[in-house]
Amino acid sequence: MKPATDTIWEWLADVPDPEIPVVSVVDLGIVRDVRQDGETTVVAITPTYSGCPATSVIALDIETHLAAKGVGPLRIETRISPPWTTDWITDDAREKLRAYGIAPPVDGTAADGRIVTRALRMSGANLTVACPRCGSTHTEEVSRHGSTPCKAAWRCRDCQEPFDYFKCL
Amino acid sequence: MTPLFQLCLRMGDSALILGHRVSEWCGHAPILEEDIAMANTALDLIGQTQMWLGLAAEVEGQGRTADDLAYRRDAAEFCNLLLVERPNGDFGATLMRQFLFDAWHHEMLKALAASSDDRVVAIAQKAVREVAYHLERSADLVIRLGDGTDQSHRRMQKALDGHWTWAAEAFVADDTDAAIVQAGLMPDPASLRPAFDATVNEVLEAATLTRPDNDFAHQGGKSGRHTEHLGHILATMQFLPRAYPDAEW
Repeated sequence: MKPATDTIWEWLADVPDPEIPVVSVVDLGIVRDVRQDGETTVVAITPTYSGCPATSVIALDIETHLAAKGVGPLRIETRISPPWTTDWITDDAREKLRAYGIAPPVDGTAADGRIVTRALRMSGANLTVACPRCGSTHTEEVSRHGSTPCKAAWRCRDCQEPFDYFKCL
Repeated sequence: MTPLFQLCLRMGDSALILGHRVSEWCGHAPILEEDIAMANTALDLIGQTQMWLGLAAEVEGQGRTADDLAYRRDAAEFCNLLLVERPNGDFGATLMRQFLFDAWHHEMLKALAASSDDRVVAIAQKAVREVAYHLERSADLVIRLGDGTDQSHRRMQKALDGHWTWAAEAFVADDTDAAIVQAGLMPDPASLRPAFDATVNEVLEAATLTRPDNDFAHQGGKSGRHTEHLGHILATMQFLPRAYPDAEW
């Protein structure tokens, strides 16, 4: 008797993201589909950034976790369309990110390559990132690239703490 | 070789060679934030390479993998733009090369979202979001360094003058490009030029830099005729998998 796909989804919700263990691979929208293909259980995952080194670790973690639950044979597929964006991150996960010290993405501020409008798009009126520690919005970007491809480095000008911002993609 | 295979090699090889070039900065950039930015940019490009060369290997159907295409071809089989094999030079020259590439790459990926092949569309839609960040960063730094000190301005103008005639290759179609266009896989390369020019003119003006008055285009990279630099890149990049063909880690 094969476990129901709903059960497998519940098990996957216990697989933490290897870089940000406070959220699961389901919370982040990395798991796209679970289905049965004959005897084989198929889990479709999507990479966040094309070159994110965590992608292969995530595939391995899912395999190990489901194998421990007795799921097998298992096949993991990579699906790139539709592309992953930060919109896939659940509201619940955004709160968990904040509590963990990572400011969640501010919707509608993804780069679009339009240089002229960039200053306006990135200005305080549109992009206000609250400090995940003290809640102040008196913050500034230090660098658009941070400790992982998905994050930017910011600092709070009130509590003076540096923090990661999960940038909008 | 089908037009789809050729398109994948052309996109993948430019991403791979630039990704490798940018990764040469890892641990050497002038400030920590830029070191991280360089490494992240290289990572995105190499991730995009895996998608392009993965699709190339799949459509070729000869049992080769993306790694085989990256590590087991010699210079004359590489189809990257000549611009991306240009040496890093100083930080300004690296940034100017990145900006000229990003300004083309972003337009190209936007256009490829209308390709006749769904797999090309999927890769383009994934990559374009990352490349929008690349373009915004490189444009930002070109402006800050161009409109910076006398020394940074002088170096950025020198970098622009040096790269300029190598950047135009992307817009000149050869016979293979014509076949790719004919198959509906990509737009005519020349059609991307007005949008590229608009971005470049706007950024150079803000950077107080002078656009070179020279429309010469070095050509040949797309069809495997490279500068001497590519062989040196491949010697470093391919050494390990060629010396230890079954190495795994």
